[in-house]
Amino acid sequence: MIRCENLQVTFNKGTAMETRALRGLSLDVPAGEFVTLIGSNGSGKSTFLNILAGDLTPEAGSIVIDGEDVTDWPAPKRARLVSRVFQDPLAGSCGNLTIEENLALAGARVRGRRGLGLAVSRKLRDDFRGRIERLGMNLENRLGDRMGLLSGGQRQAVSLLMATLAPSKLLLLDEHTSALDPRIAAAVIGLTLDIVGEQKLTTLMVTHSMRQALDAGTRTVMLHAGQAVLDIAGERRDGLDVPDLIRLFQQVHGEELDSDSLLLG
Amino acid sequence: MFNQIAFAGAIEVGFLYGFVALGLFLSFRVLDFPDLTVDGSFPLGAAVAATLITTGTDPYLATLVAVGAGACAGFVTGFLNTRFGILHLLASILTMISLHSINLRIMGRPNIALINEATVLTPLEALGLPRFIILPIVFGLLAIAAKLLLDRFMAGEIGLAMRATGANPRMARANGINTAAMILLGMAIANAFVALAGALFAQANGAADVTMGVGVIVIGLASVIGGEAILSPKTLFRATLACLAGSMLYQFAVALALQADFLGLRAQDLKLITALLVAAALVLPGRGVAVRRMFGRGGAK
Repeated sequence: MIRCENLQVTFNKGTAMETRALRGLSLDVPAGEFVTLIGSNGSGKSTFLNILAGDLTPEAGSIVIDGEDVTDWPAPKRARLVSRVFQDPLAGSCGNLTIEENLALAGARVRGRRGLGLAVSRKLRDDFRGRIERLGMNLENRLGDRMGLLSGGQRQAVSLLMATLAPSKLLLLDEHTSALDPRIAAAVIGLTLDIVGEQKLTTLMVTHSMRQALDAGTRTVMLHAGQAVLDIAGERRDGLDVPDLIRLFQQVHGEELDSDSLLLG
Repeated sequence: MFNQIAFAGAIEVGFLYGFVALGLFLSFRVLDFPDLTVDGSFPLGAAVAATLITTGTDPYLATLVAVGAGACAGFVTGFLNTRFGILHLLASILTMISLHSINLRIMGRPNIALINEATVLTPLEALGLPRFIILPIVFGLLAIAAKLLLDRFMAGEIGLAMRATGANPRMARANGINTAAMILLGMAIANAFVALAGALFAQANGAADVTMGVGVIVIGLASVIGGEAILSPKTLFRATLACLAGSMLYQFAVALALQADFLGLRAQDLKLITALLVAAALVLPGRGVAVRRMFGRGGAK
């Protein structure tokens, strides 16, 4: 269970560039729910994700994960509860480390304390081989290859595997397919749905595509100007199509959607 | 033109500076932290070891304390950077410059002779082999042992976390790695290596001098870069091997340059030659690309 209450974030406070990125955003996500998050540029999606990951600290409001107030936890500590796949396929892994080393790094995420023992043991390697086989990308015999040799799609698929290797209370997906070509993006989305479903992960997926926002997950939240302006789930959501979503947004907010990018897909 | 003793001497010093190269590999390459502390931590190691030895401390213990002192120096640089947000390069310069005063304080004078003292090398002389043969062998074994230890450390969980910290700090933090702690630890280890080199150097040469650290950073960099040029460091094993090979290569290049009478070079030209070698490595095409990315125009990434 994730409980966000009245989150406030202001960038460049007290200057002419002052931007209120989040204006009292509140959102509750019950365990096991898969939320898709949409919103135009500047709506606060990225800020919200960074707050949840611990990269940013809000100036007001609180984040409670499973009864624990984590608002002031820095990113490394937050990583015990929260895992993440970045938008940039290069951001989620180390290009100069091997695939198995990257997996080992991610596998130790929740343990906190790391020791002097070998990071990649034979037992771990066998485990990684089994897990990476299911990606269907012929990577099972390339565990010793450097991550930098992989294509963007392969790298993002491995990043997804890394983020779900160790248990987490919240999985953050930051437009993780937007930098991939459509075919690979579809494969990575399919993989995401499989893994999230299997592990019953509480998930928050930011997406630019309304289509994707409605097709994936169990609930859709739209951010606008730092607030959640639309929150639909269940039957109401099942019957919804992209044009309906746009109409709903306009009803709620009383203005035209300005971002073409939201209509794509 | 190249006599036996100069040859053995180049190997001996090559292995000694190999420790510096390993330390710089850790800070510059692994942590992506340009660290100039070494110009201070090298003489720090020498000063601590020499001072303790002349006041009657067991030379092994003295060397160990010197290594610890080097680790502290690295820690201070890391602390200035991670805790107070001082730019890494500037943080290391601050530590380096303050170490000059500290080293003078430790020794109480600009230099200390160790000629008549028992050092860690004294028991080796009892073996009956000439010094110029036994020292390269012993330093070689030590340097290789240090290289293998570093390799093993890097393959461990903490070592891997340290490599991720340098390569992709955001990803490291997202995977629960305390990047500040990794920088502190890595800088301490790096400068411990450098101080060990300083302590051994003083004992091998029979003196510690407060100015002996000038330019160590450039020699170390020349070794790291030169090694990478001859051994492309595809794996960690090769990368650390390249540090030792590069250090050796550098010493031979310098010995050759100084022995070639027709060049008219003298010992005082050493630092200039070093700087020219590093500059050449940064400017030369091809292999220099990876090197330039790290040290050259535009800086890191």
